[in-house]
Amino acid sequence: MQFGWTITVHILFAALSIGLAPFIIYFTWKDVRHDEPAYTRLREFWIKVFAVGFVMGTVTGIPMSFQFGTNFPVFSEVSGELIGGPLAFEAKMAFFLEAVFLGVLLFGRERVSDRTYVLSSVLTGVGAWLSGFWILVVNAWMQTPRGFELVERNGMEVAQLTDPVAAFLTPRLPWMYVHMMNASVISVTLVVAGISAYFVWRKRDSKAWNTALRMAIVLLLITAPLQAIHGDAYGRHVADTQEQKFAAMEAHYDTGQADLHLIAIPTSLDAMTDPRTDNLYTISLPAVGSFLASGGDFSAEVVGLHEYDDNPPVALVFWSFRLMVGLGFLFIGLALWGGNLLRKGAVADRTRYLQAMMLASPLGYVALLTGWYVTEIGRQPWVVQDVLKTSDAVSQSLTAAEATGTLVAFVLLYIALLTAFGYVLKWLIASELERMGVRDPDEAGRPQLPWVSDDD
Amino acid sequence: MTDPLLIPVDRYLVDSLPSVWFGVVMFTLAMYVALDGMDFGIGMLFATRDEHDRETLLAAFGPIWDANEVWLVAFGTTLLAAFPPVYSRLLSEHYLVAIAIVMGLLVRGVAPELREQRDDRDWQRSCDRLFVFGSAITPLLLGTLVGSWVFGTDVFTLPSLLTGVALVALCVTGGASFLAAKTSGSLADEMTRYGTVSTGVYLVAVVVLLAVVSVADPANAGSVLTTLPAVTAIVASVAFGAGGITAARRGRHRLWFATSLGLSFALVGLVAVLLYPTIYPASGLAIGAVVVSPLALNVTTVLGLPVLLLVLWYFVFLYRTFAGPVDGDGYGS
Repeated sequence: MQFGWTITVHILFAALSIGLAPFIIYFTWKDVRHDEPAYTRLREFWIKVFAVGFVMGTVTGIPMSFQFGTNFPVFSEVSGELIGGPLAFEAKMAFFLEAVFLGVLLFGRERVSDRTYVLSSVLTGVGAWLSGFWILVVNAWMQTPRGFELVERNGMEVAQLTDPVAAFLTPRLPWMYVHMMNASVISVTLVVAGISAYFVWRKRDSKAWNTALRMAIVLLLITAPLQAIHGDAYGRHVADTQEQKFAAMEAHYDTGQADLHLIAIPTSLDAMTDPRTDNLYTISLPAVGSFLASGGDFSAEVVGLHEYDDNPPVALVFWSFRLMVGLGFLFIGLALWGGNLLRKGAVADRTRYLQAMMLASPLGYVALLTGWYVTEIGRQPWVVQDVLKTSDAVSQSLTAAEATGTLVAFVLLYIALLTAFGYVLKWLIASELERMGVRDPDEAGRPQLPWVSDDD
Repeated sequence: MTDPLLIPVDRYLVDSLPSVWFGVVMFTLAMYVALDGMDFGIGMLFATRDEHDRETLLAAFGPIWDANEVWLVAFGTTLLAAFPPVYSRLLSEHYLVAIAIVMGLLVRGVAPELREQRDDRDWQRSCDRLFVFGSAITPLLLGTLVGSWVFGTDVFTLPSLLTGVALVALCVTGGASFLAAKTSGSLADEMTRYGTVSTGVYLVAVVVLLAVVSVADPANAGSVLTTLPAVTAIVASVAFGAGGITAARRGRHRLWFATSLGLSFALVGLVAVLLYPTIYPASGLAIGAVVVSPLALNVTTVLGLPVLLLVLWYFVFLYRTFAGPVDGDGYGS
C-alpha cells in the first residue's frame, strides 16, 4: 500500500522529467541559436517547472529506492542479484547525469558557453530517459523474469543471475519502454498544451505561447496515434506472456473464446465492484478478444480467471484498462481536431478548442496512472511473475502499527507535496501572465486550469 | 566458462572483487557524507543568518545539493547490487529510522525550493524552519543508523547516538568551510568561528565514542581499534581536524574545505575498518557470505565501475562551473 502510494506520486514527477525533456531541449536550442525572446521565455518557464518537478522526483524517488529494503526485504534479498545491478546503473549512469547537468541548466546560463549550455539540456534529458530505461529493466523483469535460476543461499531460495543479457533485455522491456516513454510525452504534451492554451486564450497574439501550443499539437499528432497502434500490439504480448493479467483486463472468467467489450456500462453497484459479462451492459464484439490475444484467430482459447486460485482485484484492472484506452482515443481526437485547426491557421481563434485543451491537460496523467495500475495490480498476486508472491515479499518484522503510521505520514506528506506543486504552477502561471501584460490576474470569472482551481 | 559478453561466469574477475565492492560501497558513503554533509551543514548554519546572508547561502547551495544527494542513492543501490541481504536487513531492521531519514531528506530538499517561489515573509519563515529542521535531523538519524549498523546494536544506544552527534558536528564543519571558501568579509569570519567550534565538538565526540566502544566492546569493535588501519584513520582524523582549524584561522579557506572532506573520508574509513571483513555485525555476516554470485558482480563491475569514474568527472565539471565566490544574487558571471 505504502509503496503503491509513493510510486503513484513519484511516477507523476518522473514522467514529468521524461516528457518535458524534449521540450526543454528544443526551447534551449532555439533560444541559443536564434536568440529569440519568445524561446527565452518558454525555456525559462519550462525549466522552472522541470526543476521543481525534478526536486519532487528526487525526494519521492529516494523513499522508493529505500522501501525495497524497508518494506520488501524478502524481495530485495531474493531478487537483489537481478534488480540490484540495473538499479545501481540507474543511479550511476542516469540520475547523476540528470542532477549534475540540471544544476548547470538552472544556474549556469552565464557561466558556460552556448554550446555547453545546449549540451547540458541534452544530457539532462538523456539522463531522464536513461533513468526510465533502467527502472523499466527492473520492472519488465518483474513481469517477464528471465536469465536466472533459483538457488539456496543463507537458508533462502534466491534468484541467481545466469544470463545477464536475457535478464536485462527481457521480452517485456521494448514494449514497456516505448509505451511508457510515449505515455510520458503524451501526458506532458497535454499539460504543455493546456497551459499554452490558457495563455493564448488570455492573449491571443502571444508569440511564445502560440508557438508552444503549435508544437504540442504537432507532437500529439505523432504520439497519440502511435500509442494506440503500439498499445494494441502490446496487449497481444501481454496475452502471450501474462495470461492471468490479460484475463483480468477483460474480466474474462471462463476459459474459452473471449469477447471484446468495446464499451462497458455497469448496471449496478455490484457490476462496478465485480465486473462480469453477465452484469454489464456491454457493446461487445464477440470473439474479438480471442482475435486480439492471438493475433488473428477468432476462436483462440483465452485462459479465464477461474483457472487461478488467487486473482488480482479484477474490477480495478478492468476499469483502469477501459479508462486508459478510452482516454487514449480521446487524445487522438484532440490531436486530429488541433491538426485540422493548425492547417487552417485558426488555433488561437477557436475558443472551444482552447477550452477543451485546458480541460484535457490533466487527463494524460490519468491515463498514465491507470495504465500503470493495470500493469502493477494486474500482476498480483505476484511481485515477480510466477517466482515470488507479494505476500511473501514483505517484511516479517514490520508491525501493523509501524506500517500504518508510516503510510499515513507518507500520504499526508505527499498530499502536501502535490498541493505545493500545484501552488508553484499557479504562481508561475500568474507571474507569466503579469509579464505578458495581461492585466488584473484576479479578475472575477477568470478561467482556471482544472488542477489549480480547487487549491484556491 | 564465459558467457557471450566474455565475462567469467563462475569466478570473480579478480579474487578480491567482493572486497573491492565493499570498498566501492564505502567510497559512495564517504562521498555522500562529505558532499551532502556539507549541504546539511549549510542548512544548519542557515539558522544563524539574517535575511541577506540566507540568500547567499541558498545561492551557494542551489546548483549542487541535488547532485550531492544522489550519492545516497548510489550508496543504497550499490549495496543492493553487491550485498542484497545487507541492504534488506539494514533497512528493514531499522525501519522507522530509515523512513524518518528519507522524510527528513524530503523536507530538506523541498523547503528551499518552495521558499524561492513566493515573496511572502510568513511563507519564507515556515520554509526556512523546515529547511533547518530537515538539515539537522537527517544527519543525526543517519549517523545513528550507521552507528547501530557498525556496532551491531539497537538503534538508540550510546555508541550509535554518539555517532549521530559526531556526524552532525562534521556536517557543520563541512558547511562552514565551504561557505568560508565561497564568501568573504564578516560572513566568512563567522563561518570560521562556527567551523572551529564544530571541529572541536566532532573530535571530542569521536574520542568519547571510541572510549565507550573500547570499554563496551560491541561487535568486537573495541579490539579492532588498536590495529594499524584503525589507528591510521584515527590519527588522520585528528590531523585533518587540527590542520583544518589552523588553515581556517590563517584564512586559507579552500585548504580548510579540503581538510573537512578529508575528515569525512577518515570517518567512513574508520567505519570500513570496524566492519571489515564482516559487513553486518548484528547477524555476524561476512562479506563472502552475502556477496552476489560471480557473474552478477562481474557484470556490475564491467558496466558500473567505468561509469563511476565518469561520474567523478561530472562533479569536477559541476564544481568548476560554479567555482568562485558567491553572493546574494547567486554566482556572478
